[in-house]
Amino acid sequence: MADQEARHLRVWRGDKTGGGLVDYTVDAHEGEVVLDVLHRLQATQAGDLAIRWNCKAGKCGSCSAEINGRPKLMCMTRLSALPDGPVTITPLRTYPVIRDLVTDVSVNYGWALRVPSFDPPDGLKPGEYRMAQADVDRSQEFRKCIECWLCQDVCHVIRDHDDNKPAYAGPRYFIRHAELDMHPLDARDRRAVLRDRQGLGLCNITKCCTEVCPAGIKITDNAIIPMKERSADQRYDPLGQVLRSWRRREDRPPAG
Amino acid sequence: MIQLAAKGSGVRTRGRALIAARTLRTDRWWAYPLTTFIVLLAFIAYATYAAIANRDYYAAPYLSPFYSPCLSFHCGTVPGSAGAPHLGWFGTWWIVTPAVIILIFPLGFRLTCYYYRKAYYRSWWLSPPACAVPEPHRRYTGETRFPLLGQNVHRYFFYAALAFNVILTWDAIAAFDFGGHIGIGVGTAVLVINAVLLWLYSLSCHACRHAVGGRINHFSKHPIRYRAWTFVSRLNPYHGNFAWLSLVWVALTDLYIRLVASGVIHDPRVF
Repeated sequence: MADQEARHLRVWRGDKTGGGLVDYTVDAHEGEVVLDVLHRLQATQAGDLAIRWNCKAGKCGSCSAEINGRPKLMCMTRLSALPDGPVTITPLRTYPVIRDLVTDVSVNYGWALRVPSFDPPDGLKPGEYRMAQADVDRSQEFRKCIECWLCQDVCHVIRDHDDNKPAYAGPRYFIRHAELDMHPLDARDRRAVLRDRQGLGLCNITKCCTEVCPAGIKITDNAIIPMKERSADQRYDPLGQVLRSWRRREDRPPAG
Repeated sequence: MIQLAAKGSGVRTRGRALIAARTLRTDRWWAYPLTTFIVLLAFIAYATYAAIANRDYYAAPYLSPFYSPCLSFHCGTVPGSAGAPHLGWFGTWWIVTPAVIILIFPLGFRLTCYYYRKAYYRSWWLSPPACAVPEPHRRYTGETRFPLLGQNVHRYFFYAALAFNVILTWDAIAAFDFGGHIGIGVGTAVLVINAVLLWLYSLSCHACRHAVGGRINHFSKHPIRYRAWTFVSRLNPYHGNFAWLSLVWVALTDLYIRLVASGVIHDPRVF
């Protein structure tokens, strides 16, 4: 890419009543990301362009959009990494649009309230928690989530089937369940809630959530599949249940 | 061009940004599902032929993995199978190809495998064909209902696959036995590579990862299981690679032995 060049942008403009892709030509400098040129567009040609953004460092998860049809953070997508030709930028296509590139992702916060919170064993008070690093390594991977909703946006279970939204918590909350279920000091059994009320079985593990995660979390391999296996322990593995019932020591406390 | 909202479904659901194109992806997103579809179709076609052919599966000391273990007394009586070892559990009444008795287990293992599920959901069922590319189905219930609820039995097929790996490892060891003398032919190497790839595929499996340690929460109290889980976790990211390699190699192994058994090619001896 030259030090400065004009880039052809196709930006979706509109709101819930309608809209469309609008063509712009904007100067782009070497090393710039999509969010940089949208800010220049906002400053020079489209002062009323709505964009949600905050940190510009891939840490806040605000500037999620779809760039050339792929869910990405606008602040982490270099123009030089995109093919020559027009760059198409649209809002997330799974959520209701508010205006331009801003969507209403509030349904996710509703799901956040429905994930049972951390539940330490009886008698263990804050300040008394002690655990080995090896026991929390898995949970800590999921703490990297920045709640950008790209995994939720790309998941075909709700992207292509709006009717599944009330029954499907989605990848972001599957990793939250996994984070707590794998925690050595969490005493709650979350498998039934996750399977029967939050739609774990709807996921068909096609790994799009992992592909788009800007935090590099192995959502499918490290959270969803392990939770599917844990769910199978409880519901679909009668032989394993018999064998484990013979063991004197239970790693998992009773459900409750 | 400004379009007005209208009632739709999927990415065109009312309230979402109204965009006429079903996907705006400009890359070759169709390459993965198309390639997967073709390779899987080719394997299914070859495996079906190899299983129902019921001949040319043994060329001493090489036994095709499609026919091992041979459970019928008829093993060794069909052309291209003279001297084939068999267990005879199915007696003489089993007259069709003995391959169908055993292939259900490796087939079930691969059919319920978490990697292959991604592969065939994308390429055969287009659910979805690629990320952010709409699927064509109106309704979607995932793995919550029969028959896909049955994917949860993957671990049982995994246990069966381990037994088959032991048997196929034995076949690889037996491939060094040239009438009482130790030797190595090209077929020996083919069978050894086949066994190694099958072990790598099985040991990198997600059900294996769960069984060896993934289900426990206190790794620090189970150091041996933690080490086992760590080992499997290192293999696990390559599970898809091992899945393809072992699939293709098992077919090539059968093909090699078939060509040797039918006399089309001669098995070169290294020593």
